[in-house]
Amino acid sequence: MSNIENLNVVIVGVGGQGTLLASRILSALGLKLGLDVKASEIHGMAQRGGSVVTFMRMGQRVYAPMVEAGCADYVLAFEQLEAMRALSYLKEGGTLITNTQKMSPMPVVTGAAVYPDNIIERLAEKCDLDAFDALALAHEAGDGRAVNVVLIGALAKRVGGDVEAWREAVRTCVPAKFVEVNLRAFDAGYNR
Amino acid sequence: MKEFMLGNEAIARGAYEAGVRLVSSYPGTPSTEITEYCAKYPEIYAEWATNEKVALEVSAGASMAGARALSCMKHVGLNVASDPLYTLSYTGVNGGLVVIVADDPGMHSSQNEQDSRMHARAAQVPMLEPSNSDECREFMSIAYDLSEKYDTPVLMRTTTRIAHARSVVNTQDRQEKELRPYQKDTSKWVMMPAMAKGRHVFVEKRMNDLAEDACSMSINRMEMADTKIGVICTGIIYEYVKEAAPDVSVLKLGMVNPLPMKLIEEFASKVDTLYVFEELEPVIEEQIAARGIKVSGKDLTGHQGELSARKIAQLLGREVPDAIVPDPVPARPPVLCPGCPHRGTYAVLNKLKYTVTGDIGCYTLGALAPLSALDTTLCMGASVGMSQGFNRMMGAEAAEKTVAVLGDSTFLHSGVTSLISACYNRARVTVLILDNSTTGMTGHQPNPSTGFDIHGERTCQVSLTDLCASCGVDKDHIRVYDPFDMKGLEAGLKEESAYDGVSVIVVRRPCMLLNKKNVKPALIIDTDKCKNCLSCMKLGCPALERAGKGVKINPDLCVGCGHCQSVCPFGAIVEGGSCK
Repeated sequence: MSNIENLNVVIVGVGGQGTLLASRILSALGLKLGLDVKASEIHGMAQRGGSVVTFMRMGQRVYAPMVEAGCADYVLAFEQLEAMRALSYLKEGGTLITNTQKMSPMPVVTGAAVYPDNIIERLAEKCDLDAFDALALAHEAGDGRAVNVVLIGALAKRVGGDVEAWREAVRTCVPAKFVEVNLRAFDAGYNR
Repeated sequence: MKEFMLGNEAIARGAYEAGVRLVSSYPGTPSTEITEYCAKYPEIYAEWATNEKVALEVSAGASMAGARALSCMKHVGLNVASDPLYTLSYTGVNGGLVVIVADDPGMHSSQNEQDSRMHARAAQVPMLEPSNSDECREFMSIAYDLSEKYDTPVLMRTTTRIAHARSVVNTQDRQEKELRPYQKDTSKWVMMPAMAKGRHVFVEKRMNDLAEDACSMSINRMEMADTKIGVICTGIIYEYVKEAAPDVSVLKLGMVNPLPMKLIEEFASKVDTLYVFEELEPVIEEQIAARGIKVSGKDLTGHQGELSARKIAQLLGREVPDAIVPDPVPARPPVLCPGCPHRGTYAVLNKLKYTVTGDIGCYTLGALAPLSALDTTLCMGASVGMSQGFNRMMGAEAAEKTVAVLGDSTFLHSGVTSLISACYNRARVTVLILDNSTTGMTGHQPNPSTGFDIHGERTCQVSLTDLCASCGVDKDHIRVYDPFDMKGLEAGLKEESAYDGVSVIVVRRPCMLLNKKNVKPALIIDTDKCKNCLSCMKLGCPALERAGKGVKINPDLCVGCGHCQSVCPFGAIVEGGSCK
């Protein structure tokens, strides 16, 4: 177990991408390890295709349910723009794991703003970066919606710990009929 | 048993454990899930009321019958329910009565960031405030015991970071409570002036007794450490303070009204510098300062938005880690979903450049570009009354280009009374009821126009058109359109807004998210036919994106609703995309 016993993760994406499931899997893992766990999520207006931020913390005793700026061991990003937006959460020496998918926000769709170029290159200059096409791996695993579990697999590789405990956490958090495809997605992210 | 629960789920668990028999609520973020979780316990009768006032009156009746009863609402919902609340303070209860009020500092999903602790003071009722999910559960039993012991409704306040945070809960068994006998007592339950005068005396004494007893309640506790700094805090702020400065002394208040002033005086005497850290208004700080105790906090925190562990660390002069500065990126505001029925209505309103008084719901998002169709958003049901007053003053010419827009659930919540008033006062108003067959923004709760109850069981279905006719709208001026029939809707809208009277157009199409079977394969652009006219882009669908001079359809977002097909003048949007 590396730093799994004191872990702060910020999960960011676009409303509807499945960030909540990623947070639940991490929470299930922490609880299984006998740790104190807190998570914070935003419902309502923010879910309608807007930016979403979910916090997950585990440790011996956790007080605040949110991760502060400069305090995240990992930022798990589901989309490039959101990865850049969430960069301030990352602590010194932390790692940003991001899906390279791009989704245009409405100001870009309408032409009022431009989707920035070279986000991945610029992120690499600013932090320890692990960027890959998680959506493609999810499709290969059998379901594009499993992009969240692909990213959890990539996080598991970085965080370490008993991989079977991680897989068990996935198993307990997804509906029975989607267990297999999600475990394939986890492995795809883990073994990449 | 240890379980990992959302704050709202833990409140429902606490209600179950406290022996609650009835919950009546109206949905409102961030309070909605409490009632939904309550509905899963067979021991609790649960219902969605038409609005918060009705909900609290139902709970008041259940309390009168001797049962423990609950109503849950967001902060602005308590404004609607404040009428019964303020006098329930006088009548008191029979069975315990608790009202959950969920505040939203930072306005994640609200139209203001009012501080409900002010309601507790004004109504003279006790208010509790838990700090995490387990306290959400535990405080419910405490709230019901207080309610019955002190003969008072009890408010329990949460904030978004409590309601929508998850943490470990130690669940207990349910304490079954028999109905307390009901006896007719006009001096207690009939609040005419003569009786109310007597009860006001009781209310004053009750609050004094509570303030005294609060000094020895376990939910108000000192955690002494270094005495250079003492911090008084409640709710989520307690967790922030423990995170930011575990070495300072803390007075944690589980009860925020009335304040345990003797305990506060004792704490103040033990520390060199006293702070109150509280979000929004200086409710606690001002009361302490009024006692002549030297205290500060609001001058440091300000009145707006949320606090955080980082902000508190900074206020206390602690070092906080540096944060990497991201490059600037475009904002990502929430949008109407792909396939959303409201998009058709707003595209028409945007085209006609009407003045649109809006309302509260998913459809409030129609205010944003490119639909940019709303002029106002005030409160639940306000669209109809505002339109009436606006037209009355502006005259016929403006009225011809003015409409009120509100959803089915919002109409039944409080728009219907405004419609009656408009008819009664011979107003000139055109009302668009956007009937998407659900209460969308809060997560798809049924309402009386859907014909289903909280459990998904069939019940009577309010006919919106018949209801409007009963309110006094001429049947010839009540129309129904599919919002994707934009030509029909536009023509009907022009005719009805030209009518010098009250007219209603029900724009009916179910929310796309209600049934996954509605999702069809993504559409694609036939680039040979596309002339890059960008007509489709005016719909503001998130699945449509610019690609060079033209447009492409994002296959991961498109639900194949065909709305864009219907506005393409060249037939360039066609089937043939992949299945999801």
